[in-house]
Amino acid sequence: MGLPGVFFYLFSAVLLASALMVVAARNPVHSVLFLILAFVNAAALFLLLGAEFLALILIVVYVGAVAVLFLFVVMMLDVDFAELRQGFLHYLPTGALIGIVILCEVLIAVGGWAIAPGELASVPVPTPPADALSNTEAIGNLLYTRYLFYFQLAGLVLLVAMIGAIVLTLRHKEGVKRQSIAAQNARTPATAIEIKKVEPGRGI
Amino acid sequence: MAIGLGHYLTVAAILFTLGVFGILVNRKNVIIMLMSVELILLAVNLNFVAFSSFLQDLSGQIFALLILTVAAAEAAIGLAILVAFFRNRGSIAVEDINAMKG
Repeated sequence: MGLPGVFFYLFSAVLLASALMVVAARNPVHSVLFLILAFVNAAALFLLLGAEFLALILIVVYVGAVAVLFLFVVMMLDVDFAELRQGFLHYLPTGALIGIVILCEVLIAVGGWAIAPGELASVPVPTPPADALSNTEAIGNLLYTRYLFYFQLAGLVLLVAMIGAIVLTLRHKEGVKRQSIAAQNARTPATAIEIKKVEPGRGI
Repeated sequence: MAIGLGHYLTVAAILFTLGVFGILVNRKNVIIMLMSVELILLAVNLNFVAFSSFLQDLSGQIFALLILTVAAAEAAIGLAILVAFFRNRGSIAVEDINAMKG
């Protein structure tokens, strides 16, 4: 087990520990911070796997946007989180039981799995050798050609999400002065100015 | 013992289980539930990238990228619904979300 193995175990241990703390932390702000730690360690695992582009995207998108969004909402909502935690111990045995069952099933599925011998030769989109093309270039070559429509669809999903989030959270307050361009353009000198006759030496 | 595909799949399986466990245990707190969903999607992404790396097939990473997009959209919409709900009801407890009598 060389250095990659050591780093694999280090990153996965921190990833799983912080994922557990996300679920079990008392304070939701701590949960979000542990979520960020989990994402960073997952990005490190992606780096170990050779997916450099996805690793950095994970940090930029998840840590930079999603986790900060969570942090923002947690701090903005004035909620008694201690009350929300009631029932944690009540649900713990059932949750742990179901979790262990699911884990066993998934691990059995993972353990009893093998690649058919001929399959590796007929990979649909083989990864180009790393010295010829970097990971980012290879993904770009693929994403903008073969998976162009999926890429566009992803953009559409993000657009809909953005509009939906704005529509859901936008609130029109009463009593706020707003600019009305039509009213401004409709003003004439007759309504805008008042001419006063000033007599000499008297002031207005 | 070299680190193989099975190691990564095991880590992803445990991460997935932790996400499911979080949803089951935090039955009252929607924010933790949303975070658990993010953990589940992260586990799925880890699976995709691990398979992509070990099978030398780049399409797995493309798919992981699309999952990332959907996860970001889901988080944005989920939190927006949460904020709108909190404004209307003053609470985010799951048992208070019963206006539709579901």
